[in-house]
Amino acid sequence: MSIEHRDDTGDRFGMWLFLYTEVILFSGLFILYAVSLSKFPEQFSEASHKLNIYFGTINTLVLLTSSLTIALALSALQMGRKKQCLILCWTTIGLAIVFLINKYFEWSAEIGHGIYPGSEQLAEMGPGVAAFFNLYYFTAGLHGLHVFIGATLIAVVAVMTAKDKVTSERFTLLENSALYWHLVDLVWIFVFPLYYLIL
Amino acid sequence: MSEHNHEPVPYRTFILIWCALLVLTVITIAVSRVHLGALNIWVALGVASIKSSLVIFVFMHLRQESKLFKIGLTTMLVILAIFIGLTFTDVLYR
Amino acid sequence: MSKSTTYTGFWQESPRPGILGWLLTTDHKRIGIMYLCCIIATFIVGACLGLAIRLELIAPGRTIMDAQTYNATFTLHGILMIFMFLIPSIPAAFGNLLLPIHIGARDVSFPKLNLLSWYCYMIGALLAVLAIFSGGGTPDTGWTFYVPFSTQTTTNVSMAAFAAFMLGFSSILTGINFVTTVHRLRCKGMTWGRMPLFVWTLYATAWIQVLATPMIGITLVLIILERVFGAGLFDAARGGDPVLYQHLFWIYSHPAVYIMILPGMGVISEVIPTFARKPLFGYWAMALSSLAIAFAGSLVWAHHMYASGMSDFAILVFSFLTFIVAIPSAIKVFNWVSTLYKGSIELAPPMLFALAFIFNFAIGGLGGLALGAAASDIHLHDTTFVVGHFHYVMFGGGGFALFAAMHYWLPKFTGRMYNHKTAMIAWGLLFVGFNITYMAMQAVGIMGMPRRYNDYVPEFTTLNMVSTVGSWVMAIGLIIMFVNLWQGLRRGRPIGMNPWGAATLEWTIPSPPPLENFGVEDPVVTKGPYEFKGVVADEY
Repeated sequence: MSIEHRDDTGDRFGMWLFLYTEVILFSGLFILYAVSLSKFPEQFSEASHKLNIYFGTINTLVLLTSSLTIALALSALQMGRKKQCLILCWTTIGLAIVFLINKYFEWSAEIGHGIYPGSEQLAEMGPGVAAFFNLYYFTAGLHGLHVFIGATLIAVVAVMTAKDKVTSERFTLLENSALYWHLVDLVWIFVFPLYYLIL
Repeated sequence: MSEHNHEPVPYRTFILIWCALLVLTVITIAVSRVHLGALNIWVALGVASIKSSLVIFVFMHLRQESKLFKIGLTTMLVILAIFIGLTFTDVLYR
Repeated sequence: MSKSTTYTGFWQESPRPGILGWLLTTDHKRIGIMYLCCIIATFIVGACLGLAIRLELIAPGRTIMDAQTYNATFTLHGILMIFMFLIPSIPAAFGNLLLPIHIGARDVSFPKLNLLSWYCYMIGALLAVLAIFSGGGTPDTGWTFYVPFSTQTTTNVSMAAFAAFMLGFSSILTGINFVTTVHRLRCKGMTWGRMPLFVWTLYATAWIQVLATPMIGITLVLIILERVFGAGLFDAARGGDPVLYQHLFWIYSHPAVYIMILPGMGVISEVIPTFARKPLFGYWAMALSSLAIAFAGSLVWAHHMYASGMSDFAILVFSFLTFIVAIPSAIKVFNWVSTLYKGSIELAPPMLFALAFIFNFAIGGLGGLALGAAASDIHLHDTTFVVGHFHYVMFGGGGFALFAAMHYWLPKFTGRMYNHKTAMIAWGLLFVGFNITYMAMQAVGIMGMPRRYNDYVPEFTTLNMVSTVGSWVMAIGLIIMFVNLWQGLRRGRPIGMNPWGAATLEWTIPSPPPLENFGVEDPVVTKGPYEFKGVVADEY
């Protein structure tokens, strides 16, 4: 590249466009959910009761808090408080790890009971229950992948901030990583009631 | 180069919004334990939408961004609504 | 005719010398050239597959291949031509070459992302090749990967789906880049109302790339997950719905056809004013109809599904919406023709391809209405009429627009002019051969010949033979065209800045352009893109 040109607003706008693509990506799974729910309302209810509402709630609170910490991290850096920023970034990553560990235990239990995509046990539980769990695993799985990617992004940016490559004058990388993280939170805000809270 | 960055959002704002999100989470769990029939899903989606709006406008700074950003978001949501809605002209009427 | 084969400008000017100066470039012009080479190579392979299909169909019964090979051939033909050729072709090659220059910018908003986009394309291409030679071999499902066959067949659907996913990711990144660039990097005086129409179409296309492509992303992921886990998401016996697959697939793949045609329409909107030496008729109608096509094209996907078992209500809704999307396209056709009226017409090679585009696209578009009307579609669905229709718009439209772009802009980016007479002969063979091939195909489709079949009843023999002979005439035209362009690149006469006497910004800088496009100072624009007063063509 021949010319150094800086356009923070353009960088943020590009990130927002990328986030739209992520929303549409997940929407395919939500469309399948909506159709299956309308076809199998009682079985969806039955299946939802099999999910552990405590794990779901804790994970929701974990992610909402992690959204807070990354938002605070950006403000901290903008106010020149580099150390606070770093603490908040690593806290966010810590919360992400907590989320993934919770998921690991939650899924181990379910898989241990024979409930996983394509399992015979699941097939015997009825088409609606099967559809629910298939979509649950694929949606939460894709979401978990995004948690991992988001946490990695924040870790990289935190290291760059520590090395003063991201500063209080030039923080678009942190800002965009935070935007990505908030998207991860947003997806879960919908996953939680739709899968864990059906009566 | 970005005007809104000259004014960092104070911690207090974020913490207040976070509290609101926690409260809304409690509400959504509580309401989901009450039998409202077909209304349950719409209430759940409604509360989720309110929570999302708080995250989008405050945590993601959309309220400080220019109109272009808001038009972009609206465009995406309209297209999404069309995808879902038109699919249901098939699914609901078989 | 000059001897030298070294180019100047951005071909020589690069932060890094040698091959790394290409593989690690962030210069939009070099990335555009790399894309152009890849898509031409893809086209040649895809065209050979197409010729093989036609050769098999020259007579009833087996001619050169068995049924499994035939299925693999048309599947690969579709995957290559759609995902690896048409979707990237004009946006990624000519969009990259021209978008920044057209708006007076030095590069796109995200040059490194642009390079990443090209690497995603190359990875997708590599995976597509791997899919042919590994696993169960080339997929035999058709490029549409319909369930249940795609989840059950032993061919390497997963690898091909992953390839398409990477190609889609490349497309998304290009879309993000172009939308941001148009909003943020227009030079001083380049208002929305002074942008060339090509930019408007690239902009509208970029929005489709951003908003529609992720849907094929998730669909392809679901196919792979189904093949791995056997969950039964699209299996009715296990709570799934195979028609839902078609919805998810076409929610992208219909807007995808607008990705394939809109930039082509933009090219035509550049070529016609130049060779009629008259401003484009109805600038704002053309600009806004580009946005309208992008929007309306997102509403009509299930017109591919009238025979799938979906509800009658949906059939009515989508049929109605499909008629609406024809309107902005028709506006464009009327405006191009109106631009010609009382113009000073020069039938240079780019103009010939542009006029052929209008003819082919009109026929294809009318065929599209016959298919969009649900009643007639029930008869025509899955016949070769459909195949003829989409080749008319995608090849006769999109393909010819690409050829127009090549003949119009390759001289600018190489500084050399090809032989016009040879180009016109090639065009003639291509145009005649094309129409013979696909008109015969549409005719035999109306008579009832199914698509994707490697055999047919004896009554269809004559038309199939005519279609195949037409494909040979086309092939000769293509060969002459490519050889002529290649000769032009290597040994063509050097040209100045503006051989065509056109009025957009690329014709105000050297041929080929220097690395930073406009030199040290950013340009300031004071007039519109089709104001020819005072514009003088350079002799060549």
